[in-house]
Amino acid sequence: MTEQKRVFPTPVADPDTEQFWSAARDNKLMIGSCNSCGEKHYYPRGMCPHCGSSNVELVQSSGKGEIYSWSVLRRAEPPFAIAYVTLDEGPTMMTNIIDCDLDNLKIGQRVEVQFSATEEENGAPVPTFKPV
Amino acid sequence: MSINGKAYIAGVYEHPTRKAVDKSLAQLHAESALGALADAGLTKDDVDGYFCAGDAPGLGPLSLVDYMGLNLKHMDATETGGSSYVLHVGHAAEAIAMGKCSVALITLAGRPRAEGMATGTAPRNYGSSAPDVAFEFPFGPTVVNMYAMCAQRHMYEYGTTSEQLAWIKVAASHHAQYNEHAMLRNVVTVEEVVNSPMISDPLHRLDCCVISDGGGAIIVTSPEIAKSLKRPLVKVLGAGEAPKHQMGGKIDLTYSGARWSGPLAFEEARVKPSDMKYASIYDSFTITVLMQLEDLGFCEKGEGGKFVSDGNLISGTGKLPFNTDGGGLCNNHPANRGGLTKVIEAVRQLRGEAHPNVQVPNCDLALAHGTGGSLGTRHGSATVIMERE
Repeated sequence: MTEQKRVFPTPVADPDTEQFWSAARDNKLMIGSCNSCGEKHYYPRGMCPHCGSSNVELVQSSGKGEIYSWSVLRRAEPPFAIAYVTLDEGPTMMTNIIDCDLDNLKIGQRVEVQFSATEEENGAPVPTFKPV
Repeated sequence: MSINGKAYIAGVYEHPTRKAVDKSLAQLHAESALGALADAGLTKDDVDGYFCAGDAPGLGPLSLVDYMGLNLKHMDATETGGSSYVLHVGHAAEAIAMGKCSVALITLAGRPRAEGMATGTAPRNYGSSAPDVAFEFPFGPTVVNMYAMCAQRHMYEYGTTSEQLAWIKVAASHHAQYNEHAMLRNVVTVEEVVNSPMISDPLHRLDCCVISDGGGAIIVTSPEIAKSLKRPLVKVLGAGEAPKHQMGGKIDLTYSGARWSGPLAFEEARVKPSDMKYASIYDSFTITVLMQLEDLGFCEKGEGGKFVSDGNLISGTGKLPFNTDGGGLCNNHPANRGGLTKVIEAVRQLRGEAHPNVQVPNCDLALAHGTGGSLGTRHGSATVIMERE
């Protein structure tokens, strides 16, 4: 089964995440990075969920990673693949796998980010992934 | 300080409706409350503590307190989804132990069928101010595909199979055949489960719980009041609660918060998993049961598939009888929240009031466990251990 295009809801930015969505418009996937403990985190936020420091910043991810888990919701119209992808930088993030064979997804499969447009005109795109 | 022995479950009631077109949500809560009070031999004027969760209409507990005309000294509307009511039993025991109240009422009700809600296959948006929503909602997380990702990862790491998961539904169906109120009373086979339509890989339709209207209520009292009533004594021995979340992106879908709530409850109760004669285990999906059994310590992590196979959860033949009312997989799942009915069936077992064909002989120790929210993102786990005195 090949994947059909689905319409992605537009994410609502807030003061915590405006910078992330602004970078997304430039096709850059950002992740949270803590200047106190050095750990990365996702989703990005105003404090480090690992050590509690507020000395955090966004850094650009390579956008490459592998599928941690996936599922094709067969009952959706059209069916689509939700997944968690573990980025090479460490954090695991929720996403969709696009431009893929829905019957041939595997845990451990290499993927790379490809931003997908969202339904609202001028809405920020969302970070989806496609098999490499 | 411990709640061990400081509170008793004196009344329970499961609303018999499974489709409540002709009743309001508040009415279902109230009918459930009155049912549990009658079961205990108490009246609404005896209630001085009230517990409810997100299924209650209105602001926290206030609208329902108003509707039922309660006069209270204690209120708690802690919301952890379907596990809330298991957690409330622990909170009620704490409040009673502290002298904050002596008759605690816990209610649950919902009518997702009457309202035509797409429970499992439509994304739920908890509001854009939730910090995770922008990073998840666009990708279509539903109840079923999130639990499916847990199953997928469990299969990858431990070799768990669809056939093993199917045994959980098979066991539930064996129990449900004796429950006149159960939505699905046909006994099913492993083959029927794995050949049912794929909903979200690797979960089939028969891996999923039912969608039902209904409700229920629990009365928790002080020891003095429980002993003044004419019902069998069901003592709260221990309770544990824990959230599990995404840990800043260090996501691990192979275990649940039961890994933490279970040991807290067992420690307080001063018993161990192998002492349990019966277990009510939250069963939104078959994978939910399997992961919680492992996390609660009924078997080693990764061994859940073997543990549930060959009818090991069927009352009368298996080592760990579970969900003898048919559970969420076959009986009901009121408001898409199955925690309260888990406590109810455990109390029936401890009282010797389960259906004779599924009653566990001399059932003196039982556990009820709930998961609320989503195993695939963030959830609250709650465990309660009870003893027949």
